[in-house]
Amino acid sequence: MTRHYSALSLLREGLNGQRGWQPAWQDADPKPRYDAIVIGGGGHGLATAYYLAKNHGITNVALIERGWIGGGNTGRNTTIIRSNYFFPETAAFFEFALKLYEDLSRELNYNIMFSQRGMWMLGHDRHGMEMLRRSANAMRLNGIDAELHNEAGVRAEIPGLNDSPRFPILGGLNQPRGGSARHDAVAWGYARAASALGVDIIQNCEVQGFLIEDGHVRGVETSRGTIRSECVGMAVAGHSTVVAEKAGVRLPISSYALQAFVSEPVKPCLDTVLLSPATGTYLSQSDKGELVIGAGLDLYLSYAQRGNLPWMERAAAGVIELFPAFSRMRFLRQWAGICDVVHDSTPIIGATDLGGFYVNCGWGTGGFKAIPAGGWCLAHAMATGASHPLASAFSLDRFRTGALIDEASASGIAH
Amino acid sequence: MLLITCPHCGPRAEIEFRCGGEGHIARPGPHDAVSDAEWADYLFYRTNPKGEHRERWLHSAGCGQWFNVARDTMTHQISAVYPMGETLPEASPAKEAAR
Repeated sequence: MTRHYSALSLLREGLNGQRGWQPAWQDADPKPRYDAIVIGGGGHGLATAYYLAKNHGITNVALIERGWIGGGNTGRNTTIIRSNYFFPETAAFFEFALKLYEDLSRELNYNIMFSQRGMWMLGHDRHGMEMLRRSANAMRLNGIDAELHNEAGVRAEIPGLNDSPRFPILGGLNQPRGGSARHDAVAWGYARAASALGVDIIQNCEVQGFLIEDGHVRGVETSRGTIRSECVGMAVAGHSTVVAEKAGVRLPISSYALQAFVSEPVKPCLDTVLLSPATGTYLSQSDKGELVIGAGLDLYLSYAQRGNLPWMERAAAGVIELFPAFSRMRFLRQWAGICDVVHDSTPIIGATDLGGFYVNCGWGTGGFKAIPAGGWCLAHAMATGASHPLASAFSLDRFRTGALIDEASASGIAH
Repeated sequence: MLLITCPHCGPRAEIEFRCGGEGHIARPGPHDAVSDAEWADYLFYRTNPKGEHRERWLHSAGCGQWFNVARDTMTHQISAVYPMGETLPEASPAKEAAR
């Protein structure tokens, strides 16, 4: 039976009629009791389960997922990875995630197709350029790669940009180590690696309530029966308030839909990731050749994973403004994911008022790039009861003490 | 896309409006008697229901008036539109069908 992926195993299975492959992960039935339960089978939940087993030796873990692995936001994002933040706390955290991503294919023995094709942010006016210069300086002070280019530099690196745009292109900030990865592969790779270490991956299992005694969590009630554990972690993205409410924990989160689109596939024409705040454009080309286009958040609360037409039109207009040549392309698919938005656009990772109940939430529109670090830090909190140094500033308490880390203002995050 | 019935202008497309978030929020006071936790609740904590939500909307591209809306966050069905200062009774059926 073949578990390890390599050129040799490919060759062997090729000669053997591909009959020896094992399932990537075992679809488990719930046991009555575990050392730890992770709620949510997206990237952050799967990474948490994996690092609980790998970093802390806790392998008697249940990962429970309402739907199927990778069926939530992990399968609904635009797959961009970057660490261009402003404050030292967030910069260190997202840079740690990027570094874990750089080695993830090897570590998981699963090709996540991480491509460091660069991440560009364009400046369209004097103030935009001042912000980019400030960002570049902040990134360098935080030890993160950043390049500031003038218009000629941008046009030399990104062919096809509009020659006479309504919003002139004055320059751009590039993070060369930014890029994108295959989102499904990140989920599947973590699921496979966690399962191999003994984690039970339980799909189609919805959390319906919590067992609580003396202010401490004792387990969860699910659609597949009661599962007991003194340690429960939650990573359910847009549904964080809904699930936490069942445990009596209130979170400062509002849920909004963020939609994205892909075009029909075309030949390679864009070899980097591009963000233009002024035109509302967020664009890259997938390895299949589709243009992957992100739109803005809907302006009202939503749990409907479908987005709306005005934002779709606005995103298309922005793309055509930057790349007139794309005007004849068709949208192939459109979808939306639900984002958990907090006031300072910085995640919440760590303990809650309920003993033994830990959360990983508040990622807004940017959770994908943080998956390895989010899982790493939630696993640390669950295993040790203490906050990981990288996430100690991301406590739920900051909304009471006022120690907000306002990346919304500092690095111009759109949520 | 939402079709919102402005109480003053009638049914219009959502692009004419701006959503002002949760409605019926009262500022706590007197200010020196309010705990940090209460301030945090007032500033940062909002109801985030998967179901009916009471919110304020502004007809920014029309009459410029604020009004209250009861809307389902799953289906986006608007079950009531009612003026500022009024509270939709908890148990009453929707006052006005939006579409």
